[in-house]
Amino acid sequence: MLEHYLSLMTKAIFVENIVLAYFLGMCSFLAISKKVETSIGLGIAVVFVLTITSPVNWALHNFFLKDGALAWAGLQDIDLSFLNFIAFIAVIAAMVQLVEMILDRFLPALYYSLGIFLPLIAVNCAILGGSLFLVERQYTFGESTVFGFGSGVGFFLAISTMAAIRHKLRYSDIPPSLRGLGITMLLTGLLSMAFMAFSGIDL
Amino acid sequence: MSILSRKSRLVLKDPLINNNPISSQILGICSALAVTVKMDTAVVMTLAVVFVLSMSNTIISALRKWIPGRVRIIVMLTVIASLVILTDQVLRAFMYDISKQLSVFVGLIITNCIVMGRAEAFAMQNSPGRAFLDGLGNALGYGMILIAVSFFRELFGSGSVFGLQIIPQVMYDVGYSNIGLFVLSPGAFIILGLIIWAQRAVTKFEEI
Repeated sequence: MLEHYLSLMTKAIFVENIVLAYFLGMCSFLAISKKVETSIGLGIAVVFVLTITSPVNWALHNFFLKDGALAWAGLQDIDLSFLNFIAFIAVIAAMVQLVEMILDRFLPALYYSLGIFLPLIAVNCAILGGSLFLVERQYTFGESTVFGFGSGVGFFLAISTMAAIRHKLRYSDIPPSLRGLGITMLLTGLLSMAFMAFSGIDL
Repeated sequence: MSILSRKSRLVLKDPLINNNPISSQILGICSALAVTVKMDTAVVMTLAVVFVLSMSNTIISALRKWIPGRVRIIVMLTVIASLVILTDQVLRAFMYDISKQLSVFVGLIITNCIVMGRAEAFAMQNSPGRAFLDGLGNALGYGMILIAVSFFRELFGSGSVFGLQIIPQVMYDVGYSNIGLFVLSPGAFIILGLIIWAQRAVTKFEEI
């Protein structure tokens, strides 16, 4: 059992990295990776929120929205799965708010270091993508928690690596029209190629 | 205001070339690149984004006087999510195969920054007619890049366009082979990087 979870985690972090293989969370990946400190802050926030929202959305889907999921309430024939999108977004926004309040109360140091990134995460594609993937791949509760955490760590790795590369890049002589977005996309391509090397690993 | 006045035409045309949402505003790159392996999925995705973006811009602009500033994000998300649900259901009903290939990426239009970005930056200040044109222009500008990326990925990755074999068998006999890298994700990043470079070199756009 543990092996299964471990292999799922490695897959989520390296082989099927949410940024470099599925293009999720690209907006914040490109916009925030200019500075190493802020990108680490955002990375930690994403790990946090993905680990919490994945199991919660799993429960929501399996106990309320799935075809026949309302059988416990005596409503066998009801299929609310078309409400998935709007329900997931609402859960994510509410969870982000909740995490923000809890951190503010109990871990103010972490709360201030995350700053503006926490609220912004509500509209990060990576978070919604994580929830949609666990529905499509029919994960169990344990699997979706591990998958959520692994995807978050994958995002953290990708964005902090990118920030470090861009930091080094600051003194290089790049053609004017390639500066900024262009060179970052090319670098992301190379980074994603490097991560593909993990695809041979099978635990 | 006539629908084809000079100003309206500018609203429609500007995001296509000079102010393209992907290559100069850095909006909406998320998720959409994943559907560029084949051209037909890219075209369907473009149509979905055209519908969602132009309708959400029109609706939000029509409601803009009644949306309280403090809860506007939630109102926008609700409008966008409802439109995406509609699109997803239509795709499932009439184009089941393609909707299976697009998998979660139709749903991810909700969190596509371009939709929220245009609602916030344009629809909240302008009349519904102009907001519709702005949404249409931005979605087409976005689709243009998407289709260009998918064209190169499909041509070099699988040797076909829209599923039709373009590169003749003779070439393969001589020793030509498809570039497998283009089918995988790094190909999309690199092609997009090159397209952005070319486009910025033409428009002389420079990032500081």
